[in-house]
Amino acid sequence: MANYNSLYQEVILDHNKKPRNFGAIEHPSHHAVGHNPLCGDHISVDVVLGDERIDNIAFQGEACAICKASASMMTTAVKGKTRAEAETLIQEFLAMTTGKLSHEACPNIGRLAVFAGVSDLPTRVKCAILPWHTLSGAFNAVETTSTEAEEDPMHAPIGDA
Amino acid sequence: MSEIQAALKYNSPSTFDVDGIRADFPILKLTVNDKPLVYLDNAASSQMPQQVIDRLVCYQTTQHANINRAVHYLSEVATSEFEEARRKLQRFINANEEREVIFTSGTTDAINLVMHGYGRKFIGAGDEIILTTLEHHSNIVPWQMLAEEKGAKIRVVPINDAGELLIDEYEKLFNERTKFVGVMHVSNALGTINPIKEMIAFAHARGVPVLVDGAQAVPHMKVDVKDLDCDFYAFSGHKLCGPTGIGILYGRAELLEDMQPFKGGGDMILSVTFEKTIYNTIPHKFEAGTPPISAAIGLGAAVDYLSEIGMDAIAAYELDLLKHATEQINAMPGVRILGTAEHKAAVISFAVDGVHPHDIGTLLNQEGIAVRTGHHCAQPIMHRLHVPATSRASFAFYNSMDEVDALIAGIRTVQKIFT
Ligand SMILES: Cc1ncc(COP(=O)(O)O)c(C=O)c1O
Repeated sequence: MANYNSLYQEVILDHNKKPRNFGAIEHPSHHAVGHNPLCGDHISVDVVLGDERIDNIAFQGEACAICKASASMMTTAVKGKTRAEAETLIQEFLAMTTGKLSHEACPNIGRLAVFAGVSDLPTRVKCAILPWHTLSGAFNAVETTSTEAEEDPMHAPIGDA
Repeated sequence: MSEIQAALKYNSPSTFDVDGIRADFPILKLTVNDKPLVYLDNAASSQMPQQVIDRLVCYQTTQHANINRAVHYLSEVATSEFEEARRKLQRFINANEEREVIFTSGTTDAINLVMHGYGRKFIGAGDEIILTTLEHHSNIVPWQMLAEEKGAKIRVVPINDAGELLIDEYEKLFNERTKFVGVMHVSNALGTINPIKEMIAFAHARGVPVLVDGAQAVPHMKVDVKDLDCDFYAFSGHKLCGPTGIGILYGRAELLEDMQPFKGGGDMILSVTFEKTIYNTIPHKFEAGTPPISAAIGLGAAVDYLSEIGMDAIAAYELDLLKHATEQINAMPGVRILGTAEHKAAVISFAVDGVHPHDIGTLLNQEGIAVRTGHHCAQPIMHRLHVPATSRASFAFYNSMDEVDALIAGIRTVQKIFT
């Protein structure tokens, strides 16, 4: 079955416990808040986009380990990158976690390959992609975004009871 | 089978033959992630015993046709089995008459039926509907839709930190504009058993009818609608060892007769011309179209199965499961139970310090343990308890004490991974 035994790896647990770039930035050039209405989790992302590169990025919010680690590792991955490079990485991350591409097929994914396992867990994919959705929203001046938004690549229903 | 049936005649939980019962449920033999399945998501949906599966197969292979329509053999058999299922449900909840038992597609459908059939006819501008903080979304949203349409108002009974309704506050909400009360019997999110009999008596003394959402009560205790004196009582088949797509609305006959139909179509009419349609008598007035015949018959078999074991024995055994689980969880550092009502059904919502419920759910699943994580379709409770979500273990009579222990071990594993 799922190879997500490897999902809760050291690196994810570590980023969950000690998230990098956690907090807010005083005067961000870009900002967005992302919600996962299925679990009530939310994350805000602040970006300082200079002429060339992402000079600074931070996130904060209430979220599960998968989401928090994904956000933390996202901030370390895109800091210092150009907006175009960051957008490519967003596309690769979404393609990998929704199972459209294997992590080997994503040239820029690097250490983020630890999230490949969520593609087997439809109910958890949204947790991993929420920060990336939110970053994309910030770039495109969408103040609040949601994993249930129209353009959401995954519509994994979670049952009611 | 006969041995099991003999064993089923116990009356004390210590003699409850849970192994014999488990043998009736084929799905409990599954392994998940190479571990034996530990199914603790019974509040979401329960599993089906072989007896009910067999009944469905028998119906489908030897008895199926449409009901109430033809004079041929199969139609007569199907009609009589369908109506026999109605009588089984009537006896199961001790309704006065079988015409007070309406087949719906589930609890949600049953509540919507009452909202459209009763609410839209009898509730108007400025009228008030009393609900509680504990309600499932299915007993909130239909009433909000009605309130919006009619200009009516919703008043909400608060709870204390243990998850118990504040009955004094409930009583204070009544005034001359109060037209309806909707209250759940047992909370799906916290397990609280509400004092509905007293609440119904209080409302009736002021001439106000009461709908009870019994989705989480009927599977776990003896429910007697006559004794409760409720006006409406709704529940779902799939939480009661029956199929999905079937549920029951019990309604007091004189109220059902005064109500307008919910859905229009075949079977709910006596005669139709383009000038005038004359509606059928109850319960058929509320059963438009071809009903889920096999599901209704399956539900009849499910209540036979449960009655054989005895709802009192089930309640007593589940209370033992609850006690065992509660004691062990209370002894665990870093784990907190949400919902500590004095009267509780075997539902445990819990939080583990430093671990998000979704991570708990995924990691327990890795151990083969099925729990629910999230807001349990009861977001007002989550807001009241200041948590975004919880993890919930909900037990059934086919769960064993060993499975409680597996849950405890699973929570320890989660804690270990996160330290
Ligand atoms: C208390 C309660 N009411 C209503 C419902 C809705 O039941 P259904 O989805 O079967 O209509 C549920 C379960 O989902 C429930 O637990």
